[in-house]
Amino acid sequence: MKMAGVRVIVAGVCLAMATLPIATTPSLASDGTLQAAPDFTRTDLEGRSLSLRSYRGKLVLLNFWATWCGPCLAEIPRFAAWQNTYGAAGLQIVGVSMDDELAPVKRAYDKYHLNYPVAMGDAQLGESFGGVLGLPLSYLIDPDGRIVGRYQGELDLKQLESKIKSLLPRRP
Amino acid sequence: MKHNAMKVFHFFAFAFILLSQPGTALAQHIPAASIPAAELVQPADLAAILKSASAPKPLILHVGFRTLYAQAHIPDSEYVGAAGEDAGLQLLRNRVAKLTKDTAIIIYCGCCPWSHCPNIAAAYNALHALGFTQVKVLYMADNFGDNWVNLGYPVVMGR
Repeated sequence: MKMAGVRVIVAGVCLAMATLPIATTPSLASDGTLQAAPDFTRTDLEGRSLSLRSYRGKLVLLNFWATWCGPCLAEIPRFAAWQNTYGAAGLQIVGVSMDDELAPVKRAYDKYHLNYPVAMGDAQLGESFGGVLGLPLSYLIDPDGRIVGRYQGELDLKQLESKIKSLLPRRP
Repeated sequence: MKHNAMKVFHFFAFAFILLSQPGTALAQHIPAASIPAAELVQPADLAAILKSASAPKPLILHVGFRTLYAQAHIPDSEYVGAAGEDAGLQLLRNRVAKLTKDTAIIIYCGCCPWSHCPNIAAAYNALHALGFTQVKVLYMADNFGDNWVNLGYPVVMGR
C-alpha cells in the first residue's frame, strides 16, 4: 500500500517534470565561448528597421511566436509588462512572428498593445537559429550578443523573470 | 426568466470572445485530445515505416503552417495547409477528393504542444467525416523539432 503511494507520487513528479518548459543550456562556439546570436534585419510592424545587432548593450528576450499558438498569446502580455518595468534597466523584448500571413499579426499587435518591436519571421530566419520547429520559443541574449538561454515550450514566467532580473545591465 | 437572460449573456460573451480572436478565418478549436488513442502513431513507429524497404508507404500530409514546413518536414510529406483555418481545411478536402476511402493517410503538424495544436484534430475530423478509414495521426507531444528532428528521424531540412 505504502509502495503504491510512493509510485503514485513518483509518477506525479515525473509527469509534472515532463510538462515543464525546456530551458536548454546554450550551445558553445568552437572556442568554448557562448554562441553568438545570429544577426538579422527586418522591418517591424511600425515600418522601422529592426536589427538584432542594434540592441548590443541590452539584454534581449527574442520571442518567436504566432497568433495560432495559444501559449504564445498567453505570454506576450507579460512580455509587454516586462518591457515597461525593465526597459529602463536595459531589457529589450523583440518579437518575431512565424505566422504565414501579416494581417492576423497586426491585429494581435494592436489587441495586446505590444510596446516592443515585432517583425515577421520566415523559414530563412528560423533556419539561422537552428530551426524554429515549434512554438513558443524564446532566446535570452546578453548585452554582448551571446545566447545565454533557450526556452522551448510553455514558459515558467516567474523563473524567466528572475533570470532576466539577474542579467539586466543596470539595476531596475 | 433570469435563467434565459443568463443564457443570452453567455451566448453574446462567447460570440464576443470568438470574434475578438486575432487569427484569420479560424475553424472552431478542437482539442487534439479528442482524437482516439488508437488512431495515433508514435514518431518511432512512423520512422520505422519510412526506413523499411518493404512496408507500404502511407500518404503523409502536413496540416500545419507553411513557415514551419518550409524549415523542416518528413521526406515525401506534402504540405496541405493549416487545418485549423477554414481555407486550410478546404485545401485538405480538395487534396483527398479523388482518393479511395481506404487510402492509408498519416497527418501531422507539430506546431506547438499537443494540447494546444489548432490543426490536428480539425484535420482528423474532416478526413473521418469524409469517410476515410485508414487515417492515422502522428503524435507529437511537444513539437516537430523535439519529437522528430532532434531524435534523428528522417527529415528534409530547408526550402
